[in-house]
Amino acid sequence: MKRRDLLGLSVGAGAAAALAACGSSGPSNGGGGNTAGAATYWGLSGPPSEPLRRAAIDRFNAANPDTRIDALYFQNDAYKQKIKTSLGAGEGPSMVFNWGGGGLKTYVEAGQVDDLTDWFAQNAAVKDKIIPASFGAATVNGKIYARPVESMSPIVLFYNKKLFDQIGAQPPQTYGEILDLVPKFNAKGIAPFSLAGQSRWTNMMWVEFLLDRTAGSEVFDRVFAGEANAWSDPAVLNTLTKIQDLVRADGFIKGFSSITADSNADQALLYTGKAAMLLHGSWSYGIQKATGGDFVPSGALGYMNFPPVDGGKGDSSNVVGNPGLYLSISSKATDAQKDVAKKFFSTTLAEDAEFASWVGAGYVPVLKGTDAQFAAAPNADFIKFVSGTVSQAKVFAQSWDQALSPTAAENLLDNIAKLFQLQVSPQQWVDSMNGVIGK
Amino acid sequence: MTMLAPPAARVTALPAASRERGRSIVWMALPALVMFLAFGLVPLLGALALSFTTWDNISPIRYTGLTSWKAALSDPGLPHALGVTFEIMILSWLAQTPISILIGVFLAARKRYRGVLAVFYFVPLLLSSAAISITFKALLDPNFGIGSGLGISALNQDWLGDSTLAIGVLIFVVSWQFVPFHSLIYQNAVRQIPDALYEASQIDGAGRVRQFFSITLPQIKYTIITSSTLMVVGSLTFFDLIFVLTAGGPGDATRTLALEMYQKGFMANLMGPASCIAVILVLVGVVLAQLLRRLGGRGDESQMEGA
Repeated sequence: MKRRDLLGLSVGAGAAAALAACGSSGPSNGGGGNTAGAATYWGLSGPPSEPLRRAAIDRFNAANPDTRIDALYFQNDAYKQKIKTSLGAGEGPSMVFNWGGGGLKTYVEAGQVDDLTDWFAQNAAVKDKIIPASFGAATVNGKIYARPVESMSPIVLFYNKKLFDQIGAQPPQTYGEILDLVPKFNAKGIAPFSLAGQSRWTNMMWVEFLLDRTAGSEVFDRVFAGEANAWSDPAVLNTLTKIQDLVRADGFIKGFSSITADSNADQALLYTGKAAMLLHGSWSYGIQKATGGDFVPSGALGYMNFPPVDGGKGDSSNVVGNPGLYLSISSKATDAQKDVAKKFFSTTLAEDAEFASWVGAGYVPVLKGTDAQFAAAPNADFIKFVSGTVSQAKVFAQSWDQALSPTAAENLLDNIAKLFQLQVSPQQWVDSMNGVIGK
Repeated sequence: MTMLAPPAARVTALPAASRERGRSIVWMALPALVMFLAFGLVPLLGALALSFTTWDNISPIRYTGLTSWKAALSDPGLPHALGVTFEIMILSWLAQTPISILIGVFLAARKRYRGVLAVFYFVPLLLSSAAISITFKALLDPNFGIGSGLGISALNQDWLGDSTLAIGVLIFVVSWQFVPFHSLIYQNAVRQIPDALYEASQIDGAGRVRQFFSITLPQIKYTIITSSTLMVVGSLTFFDLIFVLTAGGPGDATRTLALEMYQKGFMANLMGPASCIAVILVLVGVVLAQLLRRLGGRGDESQMEGA
């Protein structure tokens, strides 16, 4: 018995240890910095965006027969895992897809990605086409390390117009009006807000907006800059208290802490009429259109920027979200691969066909577009709303979990989940978060 | 934890004639040994080595002595995760063992209808944990799940969003998945009991219940130890099921050691402290397995005493 017990045990524990030690090294095909000539690209899979990425790569390969980009596609979460371990092992792709901010900063500090500042200076034509707000998250210590690509996604307050008609209410113009709406919807058996609480970053969007409207973007800027005790600002306590008050007033749908955003259940609650409002990324529009049946085409989906907080100091034009998606060049790539990558950087999204394909799918590209280009799109109203919101915004703040380092972001998300669960008091939250500033 | 340990078949002195066979048995252990070295021992040593370093998955690994250990041991998340792990371990043992023994005894009788039932009992064993978790997550969804679908308000609870209920659901799903496996072990163990024991007790006037407590249970003592070891050590490494069902939530109500390790290592990029947790997991597992073994006695007494 003894050896069997130990053997069985050790294999199990060893497997757990292997998980910690090795991670997923995965296949190295398509990766590797030593396949001369062809540059490699890893992108995210899944509709509606994967076909657009494929088409862009195909067009580039067709237009440049003497060079080649080999592309591989991964699911979002799987990619985030794989890119970390493969970069660490020197087997990453020559073009590193990322979300900018704190994640990019860890690549820069590890010497994994190239400085593109000079390249952008030499290719001013490329740089000028890109929306300036997108460069913020691509910049580390004053240097640009990534080319903004694809689309930007501010967080939008979506609402179900039919449900507002049902209780005879108007969309809220202030946070006070939101609070007034909560009991009205609850009285009719409708949840005021849908929320995918298990995903945690969905809860974070609430903290981001409420803090911004209450005190402006400066408070988080100080956290981001690593100032000691930056979370101790009274506006933070005020914001956190507001959130717990909203949770206690049943502002969020029952069972929100077990709902995930990956399954789009939070969005389904909105279009099935179980919840009246939803704070979510602008990409949700395409999902609701694809899965919500008649909901979006019938014009029942309303959208607006998060309303101001009464007496708050923040500018109500500010938005948070993803100011873009990013491609960096791996420092381990060969010179030939880097040249191909830079060539791709100078053309991607600048081509009309690629630009139009993103607009057509309901995305707002990170390139300066014209209203004429947007007007022709099938989702013109929404695209115009998003691009208008972004262009009027005084500050387009990057989502906190992406702006911070992965270590700090994990701590933030963990504490926010506990805040919504009423497991920690606002003061405990502040103390815990102050402890990891700058990590 | 797919290792199946049948009740100890003890080999006494090896007759000289079978020395040839003895040599081939050594060879037969080789594949298991290689697997153990490659996938058990080497990663284990790797984790041990990593626990004395600081590493964020990307940058070069730096040796930093006890820094990671200090960070891991001073983190309030560690005692919490240990508590949750033991809570789930104990509750799932309490839930699984009686059911498994009863089903095992029931299925041990060679009756045809029981054979048919056995097939159904074993179905959960064929499914992957991830598939089971996704299915239960959908069934228990507070808004689109079985409760609201059938309009039964008793089923319409916040199953995975309430701290206490979430633990209960985990125990239920774990039991649903693993009771068939342990029933299978017990079924075999019960079938090994000589009929003579039951016949003799019948003559002495023992009833069914008396037979169960005086013959069946003592006779499957070693199987209970084996099955408990598998349950206890297995529950240390539960990951996929909890990760998909609750992701450690709500808040950190179901964050076990394995989840804490994953979160530290792969989400927060703190490989050093995550490796410390991995080492702690191994130590806890070894200690528990040894304790359970002690509980079973010296292991050299005869199970057939009086038979």
